[in-house]
Amino acid sequence: MDLESAKMIGAGLAAIGTGAAAIGVGFVFGSFLQSALRNPAAADGQQGRLFLGFALAELLGLMAFTVALLILFVF
Amino acid sequence: MASEGKIDPMHQFTVERIGPKLEIAGYDVSFTNSALWMLLALLVIGLFMYGGTRRQLVPGRWQLAVEGLTGFVRNLMDTNIGPAGRKFTPFVFSLFVFILVSNLLGMLPLAIIPGMHAFTTTSHFSITGLLAIMSFALVLIVGFWRHGLHFFSLFVPHGTPIYMLPLIIPIEIVSFLVRPFSLLLRLFVAMMSGHILMEVFGSFIVNGFASGSPMGFGVGIISFVFIVGVGALELLVCALQAYVFALLTSLYLNDAINLH
Repeated sequence: MDLESAKMIGAGLAAIGTGAAAIGVGFVFGSFLQSALRNPAAADGQQGRLFLGFALAELLGLMAFTVALLILFVF
Repeated sequence: MASEGKIDPMHQFTVERIGPKLEIAGYDVSFTNSALWMLLALLVIGLFMYGGTRRQLVPGRWQLAVEGLTGFVRNLMDTNIGPAGRKFTPFVFSLFVFILVSNLLGMLPLAIIPGMHAFTTTSHFSITGLLAIMSFALVLIVGFWRHGLHFFSLFVPHGTPIYMLPLIIPIEIVSFLVRPFSLLLRLFVAMMSGHILMEVFGSFIVNGFASGSPMGFGVGIISFVFIVGVGALELLVCALQAYVFALLTSLYLNDAINLH
């Protein structure tokens, strides 16, 4: 296998990480909805934490994306 | 951009010079399209704020919009920091509004005019990096100003057992130092990946219809339906990323002010 095709495969493998982050973001919003529907009165106070959790989970997917881009365009 | 079927999604991020080449001490300081779109963002924000801050006793629609925006950021600061955070509200408000407006300006469908395309200033590492450094520097300055060397107690959470300290302190230090990188990376990658996605599917539409075959036509239709949804999602992401940036900045400021 030459370097070019190895790079492409590597970038594709790195992009799997974004899918994993999608699971994480789904968990964050899913559990928020679950608990918000049980106690809607308390839901509004927790929105900051919701978006904090979303941001933290999303960041890891974005890092996977960055790695894919680095492999494709930098090396 | 997508001539002869070759899709070039990174072309939209090139910084091009507008007008003559200027140099100061070996650095290229020419006016670029990035600078132009930042000035446009400044213009839009200036107009918006100017129209809404005429201090009418009974606010009109415009003033109500401005008051809604400022009240939103003030609420954010009050819930996350408390009364001590009031004087940092202008900083967080500026960050929020600048990021929001430049994200939204980058979404303008100007590419239908040949030779023009909207430039998203926040899809660039250097600009989000500068914003992140500004907020991180403010956290450091405020922290050392208010607490002196006591600020380092930030790295020791309350109630940590003594024997856990050698493990906890390095983790806390690393997580503190990673903050500016996480801020800059989140905004820049979110904007860039969204624009790449739209560019790729936009090219699918053009190439699909241009190919003339029934299958290309089908691909074009599907891509068109998809890109309408992605466009709506991108508008949400624009607002969400600005909000997340402001939220994280306020949380970090809270650490510096109240020392958790």
